[in-house]
Amino acid sequence: MSTSTASGASSQNGDGTLLQLKGISKHFGPVRALTSVNLSIPPGKVTALCGDNGAGKSVTIKTISGLWSPDGGEILWEGKPVSLHGPKDAEALGITTIYQDLALCDNLDIVQNMFLGHEKLKHRMLDEDSMEQSARQTLKELSVTTVRSIRQPVASLSGGQRQSVAVAKAVMSQAQLVIMDEPTAALGVAQTRMVLDLIKTLAARGVAVMLVSHNLNDVFEVADRIAVLYLGKLATQGPASDYDRSSIVDYMTSGTSGRTSAAGAAA
Amino acid sequence: MEPGATTEAPIEPEPGSGAADTPTETETAIDVASVSPEVLANSTGEYFQAWGQRIKNGESGALPIIVGLIVIVIFFQIEQSSFLTAGNLVNLLEQAATFVMFGAAAMFALILSEIDLSIGYTAGVGAFIIAELIANPISLPWWLGILGGLAACGVLGFVQGSLITRLNLPSFIVTLAGYLGFLGLMLVLANADSTAVGGVITLDQTGPVYKLVNANMSPTLGWIVLIVVLAVFAATMLLRQKRRRDQGLSTAPVGVTILKIAAAAVGGVVLLLICNANRGNGVEFFGGTPWVVPFVAIVLGFYTWLLSRTRLGRYMYAIGANPEAARRAGISVNWIKTTAFIMCSVTAGIAGLIYESNQGSMSTDINGGQLVLYAVAAAVIGGTSLFGGKGKPLHALLGGIVIACVFNGLGLMGVSSAGTDIASAIVLVAAVTLDSLVRRRAVAR
Repeated sequence: MSTSTASGASSQNGDGTLLQLKGISKHFGPVRALTSVNLSIPPGKVTALCGDNGAGKSVTIKTISGLWSPDGGEILWEGKPVSLHGPKDAEALGITTIYQDLALCDNLDIVQNMFLGHEKLKHRMLDEDSMEQSARQTLKELSVTTVRSIRQPVASLSGGQRQSVAVAKAVMSQAQLVIMDEPTAALGVAQTRMVLDLIKTLAARGVAVMLVSHNLNDVFEVADRIAVLYLGKLATQGPASDYDRSSIVDYMTSGTSGRTSAAGAAA
Repeated sequence: MEPGATTEAPIEPEPGSGAADTPTETETAIDVASVSPEVLANSTGEYFQAWGQRIKNGESGALPIIVGLIVIVIFFQIEQSSFLTAGNLVNLLEQAATFVMFGAAAMFALILSEIDLSIGYTAGVGAFIIAELIANPISLPWWLGILGGLAACGVLGFVQGSLITRLNLPSFIVTLAGYLGFLGLMLVLANADSTAVGGVITLDQTGPVYKLVNANMSPTLGWIVLIVVLAVFAATMLLRQKRRRDQGLSTAPVGVTILKIAAAAVGGVVLLLICNANRGNGVEFFGGTPWVVPFVAIVLGFYTWLLSRTRLGRYMYAIGANPEAARRAGISVNWIKTTAFIMCSVTAGIAGLIYESNQGSMSTDINGGQLVLYAVAAAVIGGTSLFGGKGKPLHALLGGIVIACVFNGLGLMGVSSAGTDIASAIVLVAAVTLDSLVRRRAVAR
């Protein structure tokens, strides 16, 4: 059922943009956290948002997920302007943000976590059987096969598996845009691999993924598009094939790169 | 992750998924020990293997309580040969009923990682209201009296819960204030009633409130109830298992389920044999199960259902473990928390009802401070965590029985009330230490 919504979203958009930020600005007192940021996020693609510490990545995420309203500019969802007054507004549109803490309850099992807040009921009681089957189905679609039992508590899972559960939870809630904040920051090699594969699977289902990451290995591995923030301004955005590692580093550290075109041609 | 935990146990067979999705990852670093054996085992043998693994890792479940209970029983039996007599054991059960219910009350707060220090005097207030409503001059029917008392307790819980959630005050302080405030309220209630001579209201010995603890089911009725309960329990377990197996969902091995049913049957039969033994000293037969036993069983059964099968219960556990995650999932954290405090206070009221029935009267001498400690001790000894997110009515049952054994045994030995206080303090600290050690071990892993 989530597949149909996701494909529906992509077909609705002639211009191929699910979410668009137009001239978004955000101030905190005298501090200009974001200055007229323009950013496009297409469905079914992985958009990486890069930037050094303090470049405005967190502010951007929090603006999109409705935690902070922008001081200027417009947010367009499927081409229509929307105003987000809280996380619930963003969620209602189909925007799910997975923060680094993952927001999982360690004492609950995988199924219980995936349905938290959206439990299925039967005769006013929890319909465990039906929830377990849907959860199993979703995990299978996402190729998450490493958990021994979906009835084990989340506390017993590895970091990568926990990340998978958080993603599966987003998929269950029919998310069309999944924002992932540093999903691989605390993970080992094998688990990073697993999460990156999961991100690709997610995009292949038609979901727009926004990946916030410092790790350029990860970015170049999964991203279809790359956007770089520098001191609250959008330094560049475009298809990942237009950039290479050194040009992105240039953008992250100085906001410009003389090497872009040459590097893009060379690649 | 502990290397020992990465056992090469088979991946759970997924019916319908085929062998195609064999994991390509070497992501088997699952902490087997922290997973309930039912979840992973495919056969009875595997179940016991997983269980053994858990015990080795400090996740021993109910085992230390049962071992502790056996040690306590042996100790008191050596000291006082009258400990293991039918008469004393039934008396112990009646005492345990109060502690169990207090433990269940404390459990509701502890699941949310909160505390309720006021339950002792909440129970006092509830018990006084019940006693006064059913006595002259008000003389309400017993069930209306009980309802009134419990409703009053619910209001107290609502007030405390609202202060804690809406004003974001620490539950420790709010319920400490409740502890003092409700003691005062109880004294006011006792003084207002002219029938409460010297702060004591005697219960009518023909009324159901008195009879709850002091009257028995006939032995025949006891057997009928036991057989019906066991049959329903076995049928529910087996049918549920069959339904899940038919749908291809994970189930505990059949052998384990049958063992559980058998254990419940043996426990029930032993309990009934003790209760049905003649404990009168005259010619006339005196025996049978006190009504409070099925009463407590029904209440705990209801709470078990509430916590495991409804959204309310699920959300309580979620909030106890990660309130932020619960909030982001759209759960109304404040309302669920307030409801938990209401449940806590109403359960304390039920404990007060059992307490006054056991005493045969309600007196302002009720030691609300000691009862709170017993309540927390009962819950924690049974396995409810002080750190939130973990706790079951079964824990209150086991813990309450342990506390009652200590209380009863020391009473038989003629230990002074000072000695009993010290002993209960030691038991409480021991229980909390155990909880903390288990937790530290779990974190260290």
